[in-house]
Amino acid sequence: MREIYLDNAATTPVDPAVAQVAVRVMEELYGNPSSLHKKGLEAQLLLEKAREQMADALGCQPEEVYFTSGATESNNIAIQGVFAAHRRRGNTLISTAVEHSSVRSPLQMLAQQQNANVVLVGPQPDGSIDPDQLCREVTGDTLLVSCNLVNSEVGAVCDLAAIARQAKKRNPKVLVHTDGVQAFGKVDFSLKKLGVDLASFSGHKFHAPKGIGVLYVKKGVRLQPLCYGGGQEKGLRPGTENVPLACAMGAAAAAAKEKLARHRAHYAALRAHFLEKAEQFPQLCINMPPDGAPNICNISVPGYRSETMIHFLAERGIYVSGGSACSKGADSHVLTAMGLPRNRIKSALRITFSPLNTLEDIDAFFDALVQGMNQITRSND
Amino acid sequence: MKLESGTKELILLKSGEIALKGLNRGSFEDLMIKNCKRALRGVGEFRFTKAQSTIYAQPVGDCDMEEALDRLSRVFGIAALTRAAVVEKDMEAIRKTAAQYLEEELKAASTFKVAAKRSDKSFPMTSPEICRELGGWLLRQFPHLKVDVENPDVLVVVEVRDFAAYVHGAQLPGAGGIPVGSSGRAMLLLSGGIDSPVAGVMMAKRGLSISAVHFYSPPYTSERALLKVKTLCEKMTRYCGTIPLHIVPFTEISEAIKEHCREDFGTVIMRRFMMRIAQDIALQEECSGLITGESVGQVASQTMASLACTQAGLTLPVLRPVIGMDKEEIIAISRKIDTFETSIQPFDDCCTVFTPRHPKTKPRLEEVLKEEQKLDYEALVQRAIAQTTKERLSPR
Repeated sequence: MREIYLDNAATTPVDPAVAQVAVRVMEELYGNPSSLHKKGLEAQLLLEKAREQMADALGCQPEEVYFTSGATESNNIAIQGVFAAHRRRGNTLISTAVEHSSVRSPLQMLAQQQNANVVLVGPQPDGSIDPDQLCREVTGDTLLVSCNLVNSEVGAVCDLAAIARQAKKRNPKVLVHTDGVQAFGKVDFSLKKLGVDLASFSGHKFHAPKGIGVLYVKKGVRLQPLCYGGGQEKGLRPGTENVPLACAMGAAAAAAKEKLARHRAHYAALRAHFLEKAEQFPQLCINMPPDGAPNICNISVPGYRSETMIHFLAERGIYVSGGSACSKGADSHVLTAMGLPRNRIKSALRITFSPLNTLEDIDAFFDALVQGMNQITRSND
Repeated sequence: MKLESGTKELILLKSGEIALKGLNRGSFEDLMIKNCKRALRGVGEFRFTKAQSTIYAQPVGDCDMEEALDRLSRVFGIAALTRAAVVEKDMEAIRKTAAQYLEEELKAASTFKVAAKRSDKSFPMTSPEICRELGGWLLRQFPHLKVDVENPDVLVVVEVRDFAAYVHGAQLPGAGGIPVGSSGRAMLLLSGGIDSPVAGVMMAKRGLSISAVHFYSPPYTSERALLKVKTLCEKMTRYCGTIPLHIVPFTEISEAIKEHCREDFGTVIMRRFMMRIAQDIALQEECSGLITGESVGQVASQTMASLACTQAGLTLPVLRPVIGMDKEEIIAISRKIDTFETSIQPFDDCCTVFTPRHPKTKPRLEEVLKEEQKLDYEALVQRAIAQTTKERLSPR
């Protein structure tokens, strides 16, 4: 059975060339960047090269790139780090109702344990965030505004540049963070132009291995670390650097940057084909906005539970997801916040592309979906 | 607890209810020892002896006594248990061992009490004399201590028995109940929720060996849901011993009900199928009853009228140990037996997908039977049973 992987927003297969980079560093260039000897220097230079690759791909300075274990850690360092370092200045954290759990949970924790005033702004019906509405919440007490760049479930793209500009107009000291995990390699952006202070990224969303990510910290922004140790990553994220995975991510980022235009055209073609196919089925509901990230599609087939359909498709070698992979089976908070009716939430499917997918993959998905609609007993949702 | 080399340590197991079992007591105790040995597999070898409603578990060679104690605390039939030092029946030796064995505890405490039990009446001192003698001596050895007979920080117990004396601290409560297997075997309907594992362990406590049956409905329920049920079984085995799990494919039946029967009767008909199939497998497996996690009024299928319908036509007794319990009470037990965290994983189960919008809360059996006549009932049952697979689950 041919495997058709359409769950690339959950994770992506590692590019074999990228895996080779990691293997070579693990086997041959295995030094500790902090060691004084030559082997250590060799590792340090590799790490700095990876940092430059990341900076180049993200549109920032190398010294603004901090390696972490992934976006969950990056989001936590950003949110908890801002609150701890700046809480004398204020107590309010502003975010949206459509963030990933690794943004929602630390905010919730700070509200419960540290009495932080957390304000969550709801999305517009298409899942995107209205910068005016978000920034109206900014006051002199606000420390941080955190908003995703691309929504992980429906692909809505937020106008971060407008958010950063307006938020800082209302309170020049406010810091702006973005969870950019679903954006890198899919939409064209530069951190410098966005004007954000903090941004999180995960390697495994762009064909690097799991367990490596980046926190971008604009020069001059002060954060309190979560961990203390040997002072690596300027003390913000101590612990021996993960050189092999950082190098792999650097290579994957360089490739993603180089091929961005080509990939975007490919995604756009896949998406157009997807929408064309979807229009043939009047019972399908389209949950993604027309101007969303080109690689994320989200539809509902009311009456067919997401989980049932996912298992049905998986039996045929086709892999899609319901909502975010990190919320395993629970109702999507994003679709709920968008105000979709219950039967659409219960039956949502997220189909997300990588450059490896073809038009035939989409045809195969729709063939199996139709088969599912004919065979699966409708639920009463 | 530390001991001079050469001094032996063992675990004393006090049987509770089975001490009252009259002529059958021996066989109950033998079964309990068998269950203890099984629970201790992998911890080390133990030699078991029994005397005076106490079972002595003596390690042969090195073993992790804390782990052994922890495992034995989940063996049904044991009312109380403790690690103890074995000592010669001589007051001098008892004093020395007590001070040494409980040294750390006594040093950290500010009050203590000595309790003595003398079942060997040939020992020259009475129980109160042993207490006075040992208490006085310990006060001199640990001058910071005071005696508190009401609420001591440390209890020092001396038991003078037939073959030796034993010194130990406060006993731990055991799991209670009677040995698994002493009441035969029953078939548990295991859904993956909170209630059924609790029901299974409660009946194991009353001496039943547990077999389980799970109804599996791919693609409506996932491999993860099945894995969750297996994990629940594994957790239960720490109390119940090995559990044979029967996995019954149920998709065809669910779809047939949905297609042919009135929607509001869907749940009660589905549950009747499950009970019927469980009973057929139970009879094949020589089980003498069914166990469910039903609790009156918890959901539509657990009203008295629904229970009457699911019960109708069954010949085996249906044991429902949580029938009168509130959800909170059931949850408290599921936390204690460590199944709660597994039970609450959010995967669709067979009920969620096929749940009617407005299930009948007062189904009448005649109506249910009429709905069932629309199905090829026997064929559906037989096909499901024929495709059932069986797996034996043991503690990890």
